Amino acid sequence: MTDLPTRSVDLKAVLSGSSPTVAKDDHSEGMSYLQSVPRRMVTLYLPLAIIVIVLLFPFYWMALTSVKPDEQLLDLDRYNPFWTWNPTFKHFHKLLFESYYPYWLWNTMYVAVCATVLSIIASVLAAYAIVRLRYKGANLVGGLIFLAYLVPPSILFIPLATVVFQYGLFDSPLALILTYPTILIPFSTWLLMGYFKTIPFELEECALIDGASRWQILVKIVLPLAIPGLISAFIFCFTLCWNEFIYALTFLQSTSNKTVPVAIVNEFVDGDIYRWGSLMAGALAGSLPLVILYAFFVEHYVSAMTGAVKE
Amino acid sequence: MADVAIPRAKPQMSEDSAWTQLKHNRNWLGFWFMVPAMAFLIFFLAYPLGLGIWLSFTDTRIGRVGHFVATENYEWLWDDSIFWLSVFNTLLYTFIASALKFAIGLYLALLLNENMPFKAMLRAMVLIPFIVPTVLSALAFWWIFDSQFSIISWSLRHLGLIDQNINFLGDTTWARICVIFANIWRGVPFVAITLLAGLQTVSPSLYEAATLDGATRWQNFRFITYPLLTPIIAVVMTFSVLFTFTDFQLIWAMTRGGPVNATHLMATLSYQRAIIAGQLGEGAAISSAMIPFLLAAIMVSWFGLQRRKWQQGENND
Repeated sequence: MTDLPTRSVDLKAVLSGSSPTVAKDDHSEGMSYLQSVPRRMVTLYLPLAIIVIVLLFPFYWMALTSVKPDEQLLDLDRYNPFWTWNPTFKHFHKLLFESYYPYWLWNTMYVAVCATVLSIIASVLAAYAIVRLRYKGANLVGGLIFLAYLVPPSILFIPLATVVFQYGLFDSPLALILTYPTILIPFSTWLLMGYFKTIPFELEECALIDGASRWQILVKIVLPLAIPGLISAFIFCFTLCWNEFIYALTFLQSTSNKTVPVAIVNEFVDGDIYRWGSLMAGALAGSLPLVILYAFFVEHYVSAMTGAVKE
Repeated sequence: MADVAIPRAKPQMSEDSAWTQLKHNRNWLGFWFMVPAMAFLIFFLAYPLGLGIWLSFTDTRIGRVGHFVATENYEWLWDDSIFWLSVFNTLLYTFIASALKFAIGLYLALLLNENMPFKAMLRAMVLIPFIVPTVLSALAFWWIFDSQFSIISWSLRHLGLIDQNINFLGDTTWARICVIFANIWRGVPFVAITLLAGLQTVSPSLYEAATLDGATRWQNFRFITYPLLTPIIAVVMTFSVLFTFTDFQLIWAMTRGGPVNATHLMATLSYQRAIIAGQLGEGAAISSAMIPFLLAAIMVSWFGLQRRKWQQGENND
């Protein structure tokens, strides 16, 4: 088994769709010519279409609901529920001007950016030390950090709530900024360790001989070379922060301090039968920033996802 | 390659003052570099982890310091049928959702690995459910599974398959099916894209050789794809099981544990007991009860990783 030819994961190729070098070398299309078009229809395009439609339908439904007028939302018999001819921005207007939504968006953004920056700084230092300084016990520490990755927030939130309360951080964004790094640091440290390993150490040797300190090497040589890794870690951490729910639900209390996911679940769910429009508008507006970010950095996302698993 | 040590810049430094040693000694430098990360992990992860276990042996409530009550919380839970129901729900949820996530994810990865037009766009679209915050997509599911205005009920009624709306989140069996479906929906992209990355490392020439030897598509999969993918499958599934087992937000946004506790997982039950009812000690006992399961998952991951190294012929990296 060991000498089967395996290639390292080509992350760009995963998303760019160009299949990796070997297949393209001879300008062939692999073995797909063995299959006829009708056969490919049934075995490939049909199941793929079904899966993609199921995966994307909730977003279509979310978007459609958020622009439907109220009377069409609940009257499924007189109007075709799958489309609307008179979209309205009433729900978004209500969201932006009659609720705390802008505050919630700002809180989420603020917490996510601060926590991400803190964790990236801490992870860069830790990953560099583990991979390149290789102090005594570095491997053990690396393993412990990996274990920390496996500790889920849902067994930590109760004791953390008491800790947050003791430190007087309850109901302040600082509580989240300080606790989110526990989720982010293990992940980004492992991701960055992988990137740092790919940087040739000869570069560092040269710098050492020229009299550079470790700090100078890190800032002037390693970091510029690891920028793709840093971007991956940054946007992935940002997404995780935006997505985080249980800490935000437990540590924040006042309406104006909440983050988008918590606020939507708690503040919009009232007895109003017409709430669906604004609820879906809120969900859509809360997802869009991430989807836009994702659209620009697709391959970085994938390398972050697979990178952390690969290591 | 990382095994080659970087030579110490100035060996004579070791005789210098204590301050220079602190600046140049590799172990001390390593220590300084580790301080920020370790501070976070110790204060907000290791300490709370220990504190949680301690809390589970006390009768702490919100606003009142607890006293040591030994295993009273656990004994109480042992006789609590709702707790056992939540354990059952969690295991059911984890098992079914993970198995289906794996099956559909692997299938989707195999499909996406084929040559076809708009491949890049398709792959990017598949990952969207993973990017969008879970709670927000759970809300969309909540609306899709609404008891009166569900689009699924509407479609089935108009197709003539059912006579009246299905009470998706009000019926115990349906509620379980719905939350499991939503979990699978969210988890499949992750499994599919990571397995796809693994699939791309398999050289096409292996399939060509096997096909020349008369292997069928199933044999291609069984004897080439599957063995080469096992290591990455082990890791992906460990993560998947771990995060499904400790899931909280999906349930909380869709059902809050209802109807009649049918979808209460251990995580949601511990939130309800600890934060809403204020019984911190009892809630901590429920979440501590998850630890043995998590350890089992970690062991699986560990052996998965070991096996991977062995397969790749690496000794130490």
